[in-house]
Amino acid sequence: MDKSLNWRETIITAVIKASGYSAILFVGLIFFFLLREGLPALSQVTLANLFSQRWYPIEAYYGILPLITGSLIVTLGAMLIAIPFGIGTAVFIAEIAPRWARDILKPFVELLGGLPSVVLGFLGILVLSPFLRVFLDLPTGLTALAGSLLLGGIAIPTIVSIAEDALDSVPRSYREGALAIGATRWQTIWRVTLPAARSGVLTAIMLGVGRAIGETMAVMMVTGNAPVLATRWNSLFMPARTMTATIAAEMGEVASGSTHYHVLFFIGLVLFLISLVVNVTASSVVFRQKKRAERVLS
Amino acid sequence: MNKIIIEHLSLQYADGTESLRDVSMSIVANAITVLFGPAGGGKSTLLRCLNRLNDLTEVRVASGKILLDGENILDPQTDVIALRRRVGMVFARPVVLPLTIRGNLTYGLELAGEKRKSRLDEAVEHSLKLAALWEEVRDRLDDPAIALSGGQQQRLCLARSLAQQPEVILLDEPTSGLDPISTGKVEAALQELKKEYTIVLVPHSVQQAARTSDYAAFFLQGELVEYGEGKEIFTNPKNKRTEDYVEGRFG
Repeated sequence: MDKSLNWRETIITAVIKASGYSAILFVGLIFFFLLREGLPALSQVTLANLFSQRWYPIEAYYGILPLITGSLIVTLGAMLIAIPFGIGTAVFIAEIAPRWARDILKPFVELLGGLPSVVLGFLGILVLSPFLRVFLDLPTGLTALAGSLLLGGIAIPTIVSIAEDALDSVPRSYREGALAIGATRWQTIWRVTLPAARSGVLTAIMLGVGRAIGETMAVMMVTGNAPVLATRWNSLFMPARTMTATIAAEMGEVASGSTHYHVLFFIGLVLFLISLVVNVTASSVVFRQKKRAERVLS
Repeated sequence: MNKIIIEHLSLQYADGTESLRDVSMSIVANAITVLFGPAGGGKSTLLRCLNRLNDLTEVRVASGKILLDGENILDPQTDVIALRRRVGMVFARPVVLPLTIRGNLTYGLELAGEKRKSRLDEAVEHSLKLAALWEEVRDRLDDPAIALSGGQQQRLCLARSLAQQPEVILLDEPTSGLDPISTGKVEAALQELKKEYTIVLVPHSVQQAARTSDYAAFFLQGELVEYGEGKEIFTNPKNKRTEDYVEGRFG
């Protein structure tokens, strides 16, 4: 073989390898950094304080429970909005809309997915929260509900786009098979097309939810940022504060190396673990189904 | 007795090209009618008109009627869902639904509102027996249908159509993906089935057309060239083009 070609092969392989390994290395380093900065919080703050109900760092109250429940309630609300609307829209685009409408809608939805969240947050402050305040007769429109609605809106384009791809890749013969035995269009969608696209639809939901959990800017702008423990269902209509918003809002002002600083990193660690659990659960569900399908096919 | 009468049917694709040109023929009840000819002749398109499955694709009827027991099924008022229960269809590639074997068979009935377990079980056994599959799967009805072999899947699809108790069964190259033994089983099942049903078959070869047909229609580029009893068409065709095709001079 030509010697220069050989050289080039070696270099390209090395570059690809290096970029692959560095991705793993960076994630490892981030995790290590989180541990190094977050774990000292455990020795400086008692566990009872850390898992108490009050977040007021100036007077050394470091209860992160309100932040966790804040994140949970906002994310759950967002999922309740994003999953039905996202899948419904995907089904409409893939199965029901005529071709010309589909050619317009699909790129449009993807464009929506690219909107910077700070722009959406701005709309949330100016339009959504005043509307909620008047419409629901609340003392303030800056509530967990506003955050949920906004996050739902942010997650929907992701869900629609990926779920639509999954539905679209279901062979046409499946639909014809169902229609030929006298299924209506709805029965075909619900009992044949959606189940056949199940793993893709699940992936769409997980990615959408992932985007919702990690979103910071828009949430910080519209949720009111009051660290109140969410205990009842009507917490949805009160201000809340999420973990991400807390880190973003306070990290800039905290003294490096102080207790407060370490606790913020500890929150980051908790967030990291939560999204890890969500992702591992999701991929194991999808993976298990794939395994089952493989077993059946073999 | 004529089950289906096709009168002056012409079809066009959405881009304006012609698919079928002024086709008129009668399909006899309790017999196997074969639509054959080279690819692109309009056989499958015609077959898909008989249960309005073309509604999904970009084909439109330019003119003509299809009468099923005297009713024009191309009428926009026709209840398409009910029509498809009366006119079942089996495809070239077996389309098993992502369900169990039993689920595939009972699915259509459940859609139609049948809930009684005894009726469903009865339909499962009866239809599997008709499709000559019962002996092979009776012990594993709750296995995923996708685990069956290709030939078994195709007979399952046949059974699924039969479970609906249709009047007409359309088959679009049902044995094109099957080995000779499975093909033989399907053909044998069809010969039994014609006692109760009207069967319209698009075969995947001239030989199969000759083997199975009671009546045969030869299609060439959207035109119905010749139609008559199978024996006549395959041994003593009147049209030169039919003769050339049957004897393998083109196609």
